Amino acid sequence: MKKGRKKLIGLAIYFFLLLLPIYWMLNMSLRTNADILSVLTLYPANPTFENYLKIFTDSSWYSGYINSIIYVTINTLISLMVALPAAYAFSRYHFVGDKQVFFWLLTNRMAPAAVFLLPFFQLYSTIGLLDTHIAVALAHCLFNVPLAVWILEGFMSGIPREIDETAFIDGYSLPRFFITIFIPLIRAGVGVTAFFCFMFSWVELLFARTLTVTNAKPIAAVMTRTISATGLDWGLMAAAGMLTLVPGALVIWFVRNHLAKGFALGRV
Amino acid sequence: MNMEWMAWTLPTAIFFIVIFLIVTAMTIWQTVSPSVGRRGFLPLTTTPGDRLFIGLICAAFIHIAWIGLTDLSLWIVFPLAVAWVIVVMIWG
Amino acid sequence: MNKWENNRAWLLTIPVLIIVAFSAIIPLMTVVNYSVQDIFGPGQRIFVGTEMFRSVLHDYRLRDALWRQFLFSGLVLLIEMPLGVLIALAMPKKGWSVSLALVVLALPLLIPWNTIGTIWMIFTRPDIGLFGATINNVLGIPFDHTASPIDAWITLMLMEVWHWTPLVALLAYAGLRAIPDVYYQAAKIDGASPWATFRYIQLPKMRGVLTIALLLRFMDSFLIYAEPFVLTGGGPGNSTTFLSIYLVKLAVGQFDLGTAAAFSLIYFLIVEVLCFLFYQALQNVGKGANP
Repeated sequence: MKKGRKKLIGLAIYFFLLLLPIYWMLNMSLRTNADILSVLTLYPANPTFENYLKIFTDSSWYSGYINSIIYVTINTLISLMVALPAAYAFSRYHFVGDKQVFFWLLTNRMAPAAVFLLPFFQLYSTIGLLDTHIAVALAHCLFNVPLAVWILEGFMSGIPREIDETAFIDGYSLPRFFITIFIPLIRAGVGVTAFFCFMFSWVELLFARTLTVTNAKPIAAVMTRTISATGLDWGLMAAAGMLTLVPGALVIWFVRNHLAKGFALGRV
Repeated sequence: MNMEWMAWTLPTAIFFIVIFLIVTAMTIWQTVSPSVGRRGFLPLTTTPGDRLFIGLICAAFIHIAWIGLTDLSLWIVFPLAVAWVIVVMIWG
Repeated sequence: MNKWENNRAWLLTIPVLIIVAFSAIIPLMTVVNYSVQDIFGPGQRIFVGTEMFRSVLHDYRLRDALWRQFLFSGLVLLIEMPLGVLIALAMPKKGWSVSLALVVLALPLLIPWNTIGTIWMIFTRPDIGLFGATINNVLGIPFDHTASPIDAWITLMLMEVWHWTPLVALLAYAGLRAIPDVYYQAAKIDGASPWATFRYIQLPKMRGVLTIALLLRFMDSFLIYAEPFVLTGGGPGNSTTFLSIYLVKLAVGQFDLGTAAAFSLIYFLIVEVLCFLFYQALQNVGKGANP
């Protein structure tokens, strides 16, 4: 019994330390800049929502969120659509070069984004897609499509092949079987994959910042611009940061049991 | 479409054509007679495709080491790298 | 693994191949092309052979960045792996607290990377940050990550550990949950100590997921960009200029295309080798799971 107690205390301390920096940012976001610079307090004495109001009313701020959400959504849709058939092929069939292609996909997930930065910039300016949402969405496919294939393959391999066989004997064609039977079977996997595509596109900064100028500028870039420019409005920056946590915090509850599987590329 | 931004040169074009031909040849060979993995002197079970990959990566590192450590021409090390790829393909 | 032999399955992978080829192969070819030329502007370039590689390989700043990168990745792994396993062992086993613990644990993983930098900048500033102010004023130790390289390193490592230990813990926890109860009962009957249980039952069973965690963490920390970019910008001096930061400085800051491309290729080759090791580990894990 005593041992369990010790474990619990250790875990509680860890969680406390884990949440402390986030709490500190929340604290900052509820104070004005003058207040932040004058005194150091553990909690906001006069909480104000001024910073949040500014973000919601100033279009150069809130359009950053809208831009991010647009390209993240496009990216998630593209990734899922192209990854579903490929993952099915990898989980069900053996074909020439399958292992090599699978490995090649992995290398793209792991490739340093910085390496692709320069050619991406040139490529998208040549085809005239620079500073559009679709450019960022396509660039993020570089790592999200492989990720989606890996996670989906993990989930699909958990479905016994007999189901496919039975359906084919019953006269289902492959596309019909896939859409009406198979996808509903792995809908948890599809949800988790969508979540991970969403997440990795949402947290990425380098491509999003380089491939956009004004029209499609993501919130991440809007924030860095504020950091490097003016005399730094800490309260505003903290508020913007807090708002970037919201989407992740909202959906995490639904995928809590599959998080490990997703992060391990479907291999747990 | 304007390809100028890709800045092609003859040597790199030859390089990619050779790589492409090797991969195509491998694909045709494996389609006609699929081979199973086996164990050579490398510490893992490999198929010819894996061995090709390992050989090429090794060759790249041999070249980089050569450039980094010596000032001699690359043509001296190039046959060595090719020989290494062939060794890995046959006995790896 | 008995799958259907069918080469027509290639057709199903065509959409993926097109989209990834568009965003991986074409850019990579371009990088190779750039790496053998000196480019002054549109249409103005000369072929220089391996000169760019030579200058990159003899560039002491690149070598410094590389060693710095290995040191950083190694150090954070040394902290993250044991800490993650400890947390996984302490996690609750059942009930509503499991869900809650999982959600709290995963929170840092879902924060945009630049926001992570922002959080830690606000947290560790000596004037307005709780951490910085406590160290400076309460403990009386001067601490400023914008001025002292060592403080910058400590801050970055704290941030990295804070950010990614949950991933190790999550994977280790998933590995622990896969151990059947029978094993624990047997250990209890034999009167095994907690250490023996860990050493002979839990650790071997977690080996697969821990390998994944190790390689995943190594590779991701090897590519770290956004967090140090926001927090320190590579400074003070060059003390936290890691590979990606240096590369972006070269490519975007100085527009030094040839050098940046040669650098990219070497960087890419190193990552490729790491990937290969990772892939082999994954294959073995797969074999272990369904024999």
